[in-house]
Amino acid sequence: MWSKVLKYLKGYRLFAVLTPICIFFEVLLEVYIPFIMAQIIDIGVAEGDLDYIISKGLQMILMAFLALLLGVLAAYFSSKAGSGLEKNVRQGLYYKIQDFSFANIDKFSTPSLVTRLTTDIVNTKMSFIMTIRMLARAPFMFVFAIVMAVRLNAELSLVFLFAVPVLIVTLVLITTKAFPKFRVMLEKYDKLNGVVQENLIATRVVKAFVRGDFEKDKFDDIASQVRDTQVKAERIVIWNMPVMQLVIYSCIIAVAWFGGNKIVVGDMQAGQLISFISYITQILVSLMMVSMVLVFLVMARASVQRIVEVLDEEPEIKNPKQGTNPPVEDGSVVFENVSFSYSDGESPYVLEDIDFTIESGETLGIIGGTGSSKTSLVSLIPRLYDVSKGRLLVGGKDVREYNLDTLRDSVAIVLQKNVLFSGTIKDNLKWGNEHATDEEIIEACKIAMAHDFIMSFPAGYDTYLGQGGVNVSGGQKQRISIARSLLKNPKIIILDDSTSAVDTKTESSIRHALRTKLKETTTIIISQRVSSIKDADKILVLDDGKINGLGTHDELMENNKIYREIYESQQKGVALGE
Amino acid sequence: MNEKDMQKAKKLPDNALATVKRIIDYMGNYRYRLIIVVFFVLLSAMTSILGTYFLKPLINDYILPFVGQENPDLSLLGSGLAKMGIIYLIGALSTYIYNRLMVDITAGTLHRIRTDLFAHMQTLPIKYFDTHTHGELMSRYTNDIDALRNMLSQSYVQIINSGVTIIGVFIAMLLLSPALTLLVIVMLVLMLSAVKAIGKGSRKYSMAQQASLGDMNGYIEEMMEGQKVIKVFNYEDKAKEAFDKKNETLFKQSQAAQTYTSVLRPIMGNLGYALYAITAMAGAFISVTRGLDIGSLASFLQYTRTFSQPITIISEQFNSIIIAIAGAERVFQVIDENSEVDEGSVTLVHAKEGMDNQIIESNDKNDPQYWKQVSDKGEVTYTKVQGDIQFVDVVFAYDEEKTVLRNINLFAKPGQKVAFVGSTGAGKTTITNLINRFYDIKEGTIFYDGIDIKNIKKDDLRSTLSLVLQDTHLFSGTIMENIRYGNLAASNEEVIAAAKLANADSFIRHLPKGYDTFITGDGENLSQGQRQLLAIARAAVADPHVLILDEATSSIDTRTESLIGKGMEKLMEGRTTLVIAHRLSTIQNSDVILVIEGGEIIERGDHDKLIEEQGKYYQLYTGMFELS
Repeated sequence: MWSKVLKYLKGYRLFAVLTPICIFFEVLLEVYIPFIMAQIIDIGVAEGDLDYIISKGLQMILMAFLALLLGVLAAYFSSKAGSGLEKNVRQGLYYKIQDFSFANIDKFSTPSLVTRLTTDIVNTKMSFIMTIRMLARAPFMFVFAIVMAVRLNAELSLVFLFAVPVLIVTLVLITTKAFPKFRVMLEKYDKLNGVVQENLIATRVVKAFVRGDFEKDKFDDIASQVRDTQVKAERIVIWNMPVMQLVIYSCIIAVAWFGGNKIVVGDMQAGQLISFISYITQILVSLMMVSMVLVFLVMARASVQRIVEVLDEEPEIKNPKQGTNPPVEDGSVVFENVSFSYSDGESPYVLEDIDFTIESGETLGIIGGTGSSKTSLVSLIPRLYDVSKGRLLVGGKDVREYNLDTLRDSVAIVLQKNVLFSGTIKDNLKWGNEHATDEEIIEACKIAMAHDFIMSFPAGYDTYLGQGGVNVSGGQKQRISIARSLLKNPKIIILDDSTSAVDTKTESSIRHALRTKLKETTTIIISQRVSSIKDADKILVLDDGKINGLGTHDELMENNKIYREIYESQQKGVALGE
Repeated sequence: MNEKDMQKAKKLPDNALATVKRIIDYMGNYRYRLIIVVFFVLLSAMTSILGTYFLKPLINDYILPFVGQENPDLSLLGSGLAKMGIIYLIGALSTYIYNRLMVDITAGTLHRIRTDLFAHMQTLPIKYFDTHTHGELMSRYTNDIDALRNMLSQSYVQIINSGVTIIGVFIAMLLLSPALTLLVIVMLVLMLSAVKAIGKGSRKYSMAQQASLGDMNGYIEEMMEGQKVIKVFNYEDKAKEAFDKKNETLFKQSQAAQTYTSVLRPIMGNLGYALYAITAMAGAFISVTRGLDIGSLASFLQYTRTFSQPITIISEQFNSIIIAIAGAERVFQVIDENSEVDEGSVTLVHAKEGMDNQIIESNDKNDPQYWKQVSDKGEVTYTKVQGDIQFVDVVFAYDEEKTVLRNINLFAKPGQKVAFVGSTGAGKTTITNLINRFYDIKEGTIFYDGIDIKNIKKDDLRSTLSLVLQDTHLFSGTIMENIRYGNLAASNEEVIAAAKLANADSFIRHLPKGYDTFITGDGENLSQGQRQLLAIARAAVADPHVLILDEATSSIDTRTESLIGKGMEKLMEGRTTLVIAHRLSTIQNSDVILVIEGGEIIERGDHDKLIEEQGKYYQLYTGMFELS
């Protein structure tokens, strides 16, 4: 799993390699320094040899500063590598998401993508830094200390044959037992955050229904679960320290006993025994580091996994392989027996056997009830989703033959869920065409009936919009969105219920302007209002994913029951019953 | 983190002590356990100091004297080691005990803070949520409480442990050689200034990193929100460009912050070695010139060795404590925020009319509801809940300067349907938000069944009203649970009946698991229209006296709307209904239509009357004027 993430170390691999190298030498010095310390006491102090102490002391200071330098370098390199990895993974993830099709985005959902790009990446970085620093240090320390200990006294080192397996078994036992518990804890934690999030969003509903206590109980329940699972997981982890201590202390006592016997018979020096014991301590420290890092890695594993999930996701919609890149000739659209399903092309189909043609420059109206798949149908045209069965032709060619950029530049769709971005109105409009001149922008806004209200703002086109376009009304947002799409100068423009918040008079002005100014452009309008589509060249009535009727207003009034019902429900103007 | 928070976090907050005290208060339940923890931490620290330095006399007294003897008596060594074994065992046990206690204390304290925070959040007025972003409040639960967790589980024990070690070692050193101790202190001051400089840099860059990270996360949030628009406009490359710039800045700061944080340990550790060497040299010099005994010098040097580690630990912990205190402060800020004020004394009771028109309170939920007023003299009056609403000269402002509503006078008799029409921002939603007291009015009075709503207990007031909003806000759970949200006591049959009324039953039955289908909060698996149907069902099951529909059917197509028309009609029957709708067809048959513009009622009357008057409503109706 990590290997996939580590590919993103590119450009920082050198630093990632230099870190353990620095740590290697740092540890070497660190292990050697106690050796000098022993000499200072055993030889220098014991014999009162001032010169010896000074020369060894200076040697030690030199080594300490060298080790310090290496330590600082290791810190620098590891930080550079870690932050570099963070940067690259975030970029890789972000770029990947840019390649996602709508289906991919739907699958992950927006909030989950945000978490992956934020919290999960930071977790991954931290555990990576921990790994290259600690996990490199521990084995080196372990090996060096054992080597030094064996050099001091091979026989006494036999104690490690007993101690090390015990320690490793403990470590493995604790981590394997704790892993699943931590995972459960993290899941509960996600749920807890979910409850808070929902409450923040739905404050008004909670208050309106006086459900404060209900929500409190819900939260207390999940918070208690978080607490209990946390306690369960941590109660296992805390065995780590005392067990390690016990094993090491037993070693010290054993070594003191056997060593003592050796000293008495003259096989060993007292100073050696002290040094030997300090190596035992170093071995303990190194093993404790490993266990600490392991706990961190467990916590981060979930994060890494979530990142890899996104990286592994194949964009469902890709450019065609061969690089012919044909242009879109005209605005004609042909649906040939198209069926479509959101779940990997399997039933249930949300669209079935859709078969119709729009000539270039025509206007098509689409009408149908809630959930009749109107939006799904038009989403297929700019290839936001791929058809499951059948064929969809735009400008005479299968949409899958076009480069995505080419296709989407020619097919403008104004989504039902409009999003404006923080920036000026002009910035937002330029999304349609970044090279648009002021005249072109004004022209587009005039067609979308947005010019007048924009000019009524003190700052006009330079009015700053907050995130999500919060400071304009729904109808204004829709008109800016339409203008933004018009600036693309598309061959086909699709308005997916994009004028629902615009009054009928303005709406009809927009339609009129579209018809007269953009004669060549195919226009597809989805609407719930009959008045919005009445004048279209053709009207498509969708019902439950199937074509229920296709024709002009008069034809449909004559022979289509659903259309007539919709028309009547709006004519009477009494939606709320009589 | 916003700029103000950053400023605060740069140094120890002014009221840090007060904050720490509050954290300790939260640990109050564990008062005795905390004392026990201190005891065992001390025990553990002492056994580790003892254990290590016990070795020296062991070797000197029990081993060295016997060197070269024919039949050495090692029984003393054996019993000495046995004693050491006991000390070690006590040490390990103490470690386990205090860790075990701390696990419970940490988890329990966090749980208390969390539940307190959430419980208090529930009492905050709507205004508070208007002025604070979700992300901001969310991070109280995540970042800030996480920081607290680190502090509680680590810092407390570590600092006691390190503090004990430092003090113990210092005393021992002082006893051995005051002169050398002085030298150590001088060098220690130098080391500490290094710690301080690093700590300062570390904090500076950490704050900068936090700020860039916040900026980055904000950008990511906005882009992910608009990801589909990005696709539609082929805007991917542009989006990458802006992203890369922010990513690069973050990288630089993150790297600097990380470096500063990680250099502390190697610097302190190795300066510790240098300290050792210098002390050894100075000590040897003193021992030669002034005669410091060798055994003492050896011990002194051992102590020097132990000195730097706890200092490093404390300085590391200091950083995490500062972060934790800043976090705790933000949590407490929310907890200290004033709750919604509720001086209402009029309560809602179930009662039935007995003989002689005597009202007798009952526990039967099926009995009619009454407002119960108790006068100063203790006289009890009951008023039947009917849903009669009256606004008298109501003035409202979100803040002092900007008056949103002026001179609002209106009434809705029980069972009447009153509609509000007007542009966005005209104040329609605000009017409905005043009835349930989401906001309090500045002047005037709102009467509910003749009682000033200020005198009615808020929860009771709200439970007689049902609100259906354009944004439906469902909760994670099954569809059954979501509808039942309106009335927790409702049976499955009642829930299904409500769903049928809202015309939601048929689509629910088409879902794979029917009413047991699990939906997530943002309800991505349902269309906006379907979610509105659920919200209507939820309001229906509540069986309220007053129904407030704020663009409740805006996403439902007109055909479905007319299909549920009958149900809606039934739902509104016998209830006072306030409707806000963009689609004028929805409200044509209202008893009264109020046209709101600029915070004032400019026209009122039924459909026919308003058409006749040929005013604003007429213009709207005929499409001559735009509703924006």
